[in-house]
Order: sequence, then C-alpha cells, then structure tokens
Amino acid sequence: MSVTQMPQGTAVVDTGSGLPAGAADTGGAPAPAGLAAIELVGVSKSFSSRDGNVQAVERIDLAIGQGEFFSLLGPSGCGKTTTLRMIAGFEEPTQGRILLYGEDMVGVPPNRRDVNLVFQSYALFPHLNVFENVAFGLRRRKVPHDAVRRRVGEVLELVQLEGRERRRPKELSGGQQQRVALARALVNNPRALLLDEPLGALDLKLRQAMQIELKRIQREVGITFVYVTHDQGEALTMSDRLVVMNEGRIEQLGSPREVYEQPRTRFVAGFIGTSNLLSGRVARVVGGSALLDLGPGERVVVPLRGGAVPGQHLDLTVRPEKIDMTGGPEPPEAECRIRGRVTDVVYLGSSTQHVVVTSTGASMVVFSQNRGTSGEASAPTHDVWLSWRAEHSYLLAEQEQAGDEEPREETGGTQ
Amino acid sequence: MTTLAPPAAPEARPVAGERAPSRRHRLRQPRGHLGHVWTWIVILWLCLPIFVMIAFGFNNTKGRLNFQWQGFTLRYWGQLFAIPDLTGALINSVTIALIVTGLSILLGTPIGMALGKYRFRGKALTDVVLFANVAAPEIALGAAVLSLFITLGIPRGYVTIVIAQVMFDIVYVAITVRARMASFDRSLEEAARDLGAGAWTTFRLVTLPQILPGVVAGGLLAFALSIDDFVITQFNAGQTLTFPLWVWGATRLGVPPQVNDMGTIIFAGGVLLAVLSVLIGRRRSA
Repeated sequence: MSVTQMPQGTAVVDTGSGLPAGAADTGGAPAPAGLAAIELVGVSKSFSSRDGNVQAVERIDLAIGQGEFFSLLGPSGCGKTTTLRMIAGFEEPTQGRILLYGEDMVGVPPNRRDVNLVFQSYALFPHLNVFENVAFGLRRRKVPHDAVRRRVGEVLELVQLEGRERRRPKELSGGQQQRVALARALVNNPRALLLDEPLGALDLKLRQAMQIELKRIQREVGITFVYVTHDQGEALTMSDRLVVMNEGRIEQLGSPREVYEQPRTRFVAGFIGTSNLLSGRVARVVGGSALLDLGPGERVVVPLRGGAVPGQHLDLTVRPEKIDMTGGPEPPEAECRIRGRVTDVVYLGSSTQHVVVTSTGASMVVFSQNRGTSGEASAPTHDVWLSWRAEHSYLLAEQEQAGDEEPREETGGTQ
Repeated sequence: MTTLAPPAAPEARPVAGERAPSRRHRLRQPRGHLGHVWTWIVILWLCLPIFVMIAFGFNNTKGRLNFQWQGFTLRYWGQLFAIPDLTGALINSVTIALIVTGLSILLGTPIGMALGKYRFRGKALTDVVLFANVAAPEIALGAAVLSLFITLGIPRGYVTIVIAQVMFDIVYVAITVRARMASFDRSLEEAARDLGAGAWTTFRLVTLPQILPGVVAGGLLAFALSIDDFVITQFNAGQTLTFPLWVWGATRLGVPPQVNDMGTIIFAGGVLLAVLSVLIGRRRSA
C-alpha cells in the first residue's frame, strides 16, 4: 500500500480552543444541543498565596448538556476541583461567567444555587442519623413532613439503603456512607449533581461496583452529573463526555472513545492509558497524510488535521493494543511499520506487555492478547517488526516544551 | 466508672462483613500492680480535703472552731440558712457564677471559633493576649482591673465582680472551643450551605452541635472558676459579699459548719454537672 492510498485526514480542528468542533467523526457523544445545563464562559480563577498569585484555572470554556454524565479528568492540581467548586458556588471565578440553564450564577451563594455537591470526604453530619442527613436539604426548603418522609424513602431505596434510616454515619461502612452522601444530594432533585472524587476513599472492588451503581442511578434519575476524578479508568467507564485538564487548562474535550483513541496532545496521550510517543520529520505529504522519515524499510504514516511541510517535526501516538508485533521479515502490507528489539516482557494474565526499543531509540509498549496461538510471545533481545494501520497513528498538537507529562503540583492549591 | 458505659445496643452493630467502628481497646493492668496502688494513693490524696470538708459539715461542734471531731449531727444541715449574711453571699456567688458562665460562653465561643477556623491578621497577637491572660498572676489582673474601675469612676460591687470575672473566664471558653474547632471538618459547613442552609442555620444545625462539647467544657470551667474565685473578686467586690469572701472574713472568728455544708452542696453540684456533661457527650457520640 502506498502513501497515495492513505485514508483522508480527519476534519480540521482548531487545536487551541479545546472545543469538540469536528471531533465527532468517531461516533462519540455529540456536544449538547440547545440550552446547556451548565456553561462556563472564559472562566479563570487565581488564588493569592505567599508566593504570589497561583493560577488554578485559566480561561475555561465548557458546555455541559442536560442529563449528561460529564467528567473533569486530570492529575491533582490541574484545577478540576476548583472548577467544580466554582460551579457549586464555594469559589468565585476571578474572570468569566458560569451559567446554569442560561442564568449567570456568579455572585449567587451556594445555598441559592440549584446544584448539589457530593463531597470527597462525604461530609455527612455526624450528629444526625441517615434519615436526617438525607432530609436536610428538603427541610431547608420547608417541604411538608409527609413529603419529606416519602421522598427520603424513595431516595434511600434508589441507593439501596432502606432500613438504615436510624443509623448514625459512623455506624455505616465507607460504601454505605458514600451512598448516603449521594442520597443527600439527589433527594433535592438538583439541576445538576456535582461529584468531587466521590469514590476516592473506597477500595478497588467497591469502587468498581459503585461506578456501575452511579451510572445506573444517573440513568434512572436523568440528572446532569459533573464528575471530578483523577482516575482515567473511572472517567472512561462512566462518562458520556469528558475533559482532560492540565495546569488549569483544558487539554481535550470529547467522548471517552475520542479522548482515548485520538489524544490530541502529548499530555492526554500520556495521561490516559499507556501511550507510545513517536516523533520524526515529514518526508512527504500526500492526500492529507504525512509520511515520516525514519530508518530504511520503515515507514510511519499519520493522518493530518492541518497542513504540514516536508522537514517539519511531528509528534504522534499509537495505542499499545493497536500494534502488531511480528518476528521475521518486514510485513509488506502494513501501512506503518517500524523495527525494534524486545527489551522487556511482562505477563499480565489475559495479555502480555512487550517493551520494544525502536531503531530510532523510542521505547514502545505493545499489548498482545494471550490467545494461545503460537508466535505471540517474544523473548527479550528478539528483533521484531511493529506494525499498525495508519488510522491508528494519531497526530499530537504541538505544544511548548514545558513539562507536558509531569503533572505540576504547584498549579493548584485546592486539590 | 465502668458502670457509666452504656451497654452496646445490638441494633447499633453494623451488618456482618462490614467494618465496625471499633470501640476503644484498652490494655488491662493486673490488680495489685504498683501502678494501680500509686494511682489510688494519688486519688485519695486529692480527695482527702474534700472528705474532711464534707465530714466536718456533720460535726457536732460546740464552740466557734470547727477543727475537732465532736460527734455526728445533722443540726447544721437543718440550720443551713440560719446565717443570713452567709446565705446572701452564697446566692450572690451562685448568681454571679451563672451570669459569668453565660457571658463567657457568649463572648468566648466566637473567639474560639475564629481562632480555630480562620487565618487572619492579628491572630498571633490574639493568641498571645489569651495565653497572657491565663499565665498572668490573678492578683496582678485583679489589681489592674481595680485601678481601671477607679480611674473610670465605676463604683465597685456586683456588676464589677461580673465584669472582672468574665474578662478572666472568656479565655477558658475560647481555648476549649478553639481546640474543638481545630478538629472540625470544614466541609460539613460547606455541605450545609450546599443543601440550602444560610449562614445562621448552618451554625445552628451543624457547627454548634459539633463544637458543643467544647462550649460545655469551657462553660463548666468558667462556672467552677467563678464560684470560688477569691483574688479577683476581693479586689473588685466593694461592699458585695460572695461565698468565698464571707468564708475568708469568718475565719478570724471561726468558720461555722454551714460553710462546710454549702461547700458540700457546691461540690456535689459540680460533680453532677461534670457527670451530666460526660453522659450527654457519650450519647451524642454514640
């Protein structure tokens, strides 16, 4: 297959804005149509500290649709919690507007915003029992007693905590406390539910069970969920759409599939899943794709989103499970192929992870399924060919050198 | 005090398989251990003066002096209020203590909350002032307040006793509330706000119940310090007599057993309050 037969490049996307403009071609969730539940317009937040001003959030634009499960994903200090707290009303943006169903919320105190927050620490009232904890919001709105009882009962049933009404939070397990926190927020039927790493304190098994549980609850109540997490698996599993944040900025917005399969920046590629980064100079540009200049017999083709000129330096990424690894002669039919030597083999049960150092010196990770067919396992020092389809080469947006893979802690003081 | 521990209610136990919040584990020392004996000696030593005070309230003393055991009688309990000056002094002491406790709680609680909650300019200075107040000799404080009242031309009496004692006792409430506030989870207040509570409702329904043990402890301290305060009160009392002042004045002539009886009542009241506050604290945290 020659370069001229390469598939057309994906639609041109403005790489600076972080909006999902043309990225919907992989069948991901579309951007919300009509009135957004929550809209952030040019929102910035800086905190003053002893070392001067710290920019926690920098000019974020977001539109979260009604009934959407939307995640803010990023390392600690990336500004995701600050963003959530601004939506809840606990922080006021230094700049920009926060719209809730089209209404500007800036300056409105948290108790007058029709959103509810599920706290990372749960923040259950220790002196009140489960029933009174859940009823707290309804009582503030002077809901009649009968209605309170009925509504609390319904919500406790929804989170499967019937019969625990008289317990104090202390007498419940971590998972049950988590459910009470959820019920206490849901009972108010808010226009959006904000969740700040709600599963962070649970052990792995419980966390996975709660992920499914949360998704079920969200489907049942149909409320917009805005979910903050640093766990990429969690975000990919549950979200309709998500943003990846870093250093107070949005790196990428899209469906889990888009963000995973088509990471737009080095940061996103590195933060979500295991990613292989390759770089090289453009040899030729043909039909919306660039052929990179690599070693003899090797070729890497990457679909372009903008233009490129020969000699230009490009970064691209390939997911480890998209790569085929073969011994022997070069695979002639492969659109992308690169030579390497196996340096490490890690058996992972259902799959095996190979680390391969390429002829250009890049370290690539390859996952292969352990299907029991021969030729899958390669021992260290074996020379192999790595090959993949051109559509799985994903061009990364150019960006400054400044620490793109190392999350920076000093950016946010509120995580 | 093992009898005070409430029996673990069976319905309070979490479902099997889920982590139960563990009740405190305590190492048990064998009886007759040197530590045991030592502890009881110290307890006895602390209690001995109180026992003597209580016992001599039942002493059938003949003369003015009540220092020698002369037989058991309930006579002085029967004539408890037979000395009008003493009764008036006791009433003064009790009402002053109640007023001082109330004012100290009202003024000290916000100070403690602010110190436990916020970082602000002048916080370090506030700390210094508070601790200086505790550390300064009472006699110096009493004299200083007296000269203040004289300078301002305020006549000494009931009101000046209250003012001087409140100034002294606020600190104890502030310190206990501050300690309680330091362990208070701020997100509880945010949760209340998030659920629609205004600032006052949040304080009333969430913050106050959480810091209440600190407020009660500070209040009890203030009460205890006030009811038997002698030094500061002596300086600022004018013609007003409180219980300690009356007793001090009476020592030259001999202290009647009624003083022991009233001391017993005050002591019993103090013990009762302390036990109540422990019980309430247990029920709240149960």
